[in-house]
Amino acid sequence: MRKGLIAEYGSPESLLKGALAMRAQGFTAMDAFTPYAVQPVMDALRVPRSRVPLYCLCAGVIGGGYGYLIQFWMNGFDYALNVGGRPLGSVPAYIPPTFEATVLFASLMAIFAFLGFSGLPQIAAPIFSVPGFERASIDRYFLGLESLDPAYDPEIAVRILRETGALRISFLPVEAPDDAPIQEPA
Amino acid sequence: MDQAEELGRESAEYAKAMDGPPILLTRASEAAITRRLLAPIFRGGPGWKLAFLITLGGSTICWLAILYTVVTGIGTWGNNIPVAWAYAITNFVWWIGIGHAGTFISAILLILEQSWRNSINRFAEAMTLFAIIQAGIFPVLHLGRPWYAYWILPYPATMRVWPNYRSALPWDAAAISTYFTVSLVFWYLGLIPDLASARDTAPTLTKRRIYGIFALGWRGSARSWRHYQMAYLILGALATPLVLSVHSVVSLDFAIAQLPGWHSTIFPPYFVSGAIYSGFAMVLTLMIPVRRIFKLHDIVTVRHLEAMGKLILVTGSVVYYTYVVELFIGWYSGSEYEIGTIQARLFGPYAWITWTVFGLNFLCPNLMWFKSIRQGAIWMFVVSILINIAMWLERFWLIVTSLNRDFLPSSWHIYKPTYVDGTIIIGTMFFFMFLFLLFLRFVPFIPISETKEIRHLLVSEEHKRERERHAQGIDR
Repeated sequence: MRKGLIAEYGSPESLLKGALAMRAQGFTAMDAFTPYAVQPVMDALRVPRSRVPLYCLCAGVIGGGYGYLIQFWMNGFDYALNVGGRPLGSVPAYIPPTFEATVLFASLMAIFAFLGFSGLPQIAAPIFSVPGFERASIDRYFLGLESLDPAYDPEIAVRILRETGALRISFLPVEAPDDAPIQEPA
Repeated sequence: MDQAEELGRESAEYAKAMDGPPILLTRASEAAITRRLLAPIFRGGPGWKLAFLITLGGSTICWLAILYTVVTGIGTWGNNIPVAWAYAITNFVWWIGIGHAGTFISAILLILEQSWRNSINRFAEAMTLFAIIQAGIFPVLHLGRPWYAYWILPYPATMRVWPNYRSALPWDAAAISTYFTVSLVFWYLGLIPDLASARDTAPTLTKRRIYGIFALGWRGSARSWRHYQMAYLILGALATPLVLSVHSVVSLDFAIAQLPGWHSTIFPPYFVSGAIYSGFAMVLTLMIPVRRIFKLHDIVTVRHLEAMGKLILVTGSVVYYTYVVELFIGWYSGSEYEIGTIQARLFGPYAWITWTVFGLNFLCPNLMWFKSIRQGAIWMFVVSILINIAMWLERFWLIVTSLNRDFLPSSWHIYKPTYVDGTIIIGTMFFFMFLFLLFLRFVPFIPISETKEIRHLLVSEEHKRERERHAQGIDR
């Protein structure tokens, strides 16, 4: 999030209320920032299904295929080993490393896909300058409204969010340390 | 409609969490929980420095013994033909086995939605990583020329040879390195939200910067959480077969050899259950003192002891079943070598180890039938130590009793370890504790965000029930 409005809540329930109220107003470009995963909020924001599994599946298939073929090529062709007259492409013997390669590729893809989709690593982000945002990882629940949304109207949004129990509302980008908060925590 | 389903699910989860001893006793505020669980990494724990120095000294001695081995040669150890595998491989199997409980807790219990795992998974996973590090030392040293260890890897060598993938040893290398990598990734992914909490509560700028870098800029956005949950679940699903495969592959090192006592199809399940059994013991050995030192009785509750006690009972019984089957199959095979190995195990020069292993591994799991023992921290600690010893002896027994009586009686040989053997195994325990102490000092060792999530579930459900009770009271 680069530009928009950030509302701070004291509990996931009030955050959910705020998100549902904004959705009823026709806002769609919203994001929530919470210390732990809050399933109902994710559903209320209609966060799409993650595509991480698809990427992992592809990586696993590629890893497994690579693992199998490289063994087949190494022991069957490039350095053909005759072990007790067994076939050069001894399928059962190649299964354990094939399995390991599948798991390795898929697991590495899981973390890299997660990082890629979440836009991490991004050590410094504009939202960190929102006053009080450091509590987003501790005990405060934030709702962010993107200004890109055609339904974005700060005045209406501020009114609705206050009604739903927002403790403090700030704007992004934060210009100076002190002029951002409109309302101090109650 | 969606919300009604959600509530039903929450109630079910609440019931599961409170069934028997509750999984979380504290109802402190989220900020208080965060502060409390981060206190060890910002302020340290009591006696940490002393413990750190002791383990540092022990690790140094271990490294000196390893240096001596590498410089002088493998002859400093007691193993020789026919007992070519002795302490080194025993230690390897023991340490790798210990790692398995960490992955079992973090992966299999995640897939099975056992929410009690959340309080202990972090340090069980750390235990896994450190145990694999210890385990990795031994096969490399056992090569005799550890500087050639990279030959096991498939790299384009100028000699134009490749590893032989029909042998179990390259499988082992693939399995262990994958296991370590996947465990590391899984552990780190779980850490990211807690590192962000550490960043946001750090008392000094330097600490804030360091934790900030490792937190990768995590903001807890709903979108990130969705990807995070999915990636975590996928890693859990991928690590699940890994728990079963790693020790199976290790057991194949033995099972594909033709030695009586090793050449057996029961080895993979035998090794896996033994691994999980011994690993749970090690989790208890580490968890019970940590719980007491940091006074975490309301976060790591009796429920955790109870659940682990039950798992020890199950896996220990599987291990015992395998002992019986092994003896039976050895006799039933009719092979004089198999029968000879069994006789040597039961009544030969190592009989005392056999009977100790059989005795302890029968006694320890079966003590878990008693609730008072399962729920008593001190009892569990004692039992866990006994299991660790029994499982080390079991691996030693398995390896040495098969090797020391070769097919030819003229080459029979009694194995005697040297002081270097002893120093290295004791030393790796110090090195393990050294790494574990660093972990306790610098990494949030109880998952904070998951603890807060469970707390929120319990608190909101309790409020709901309170309101319902209230409403009913007014009706009446």
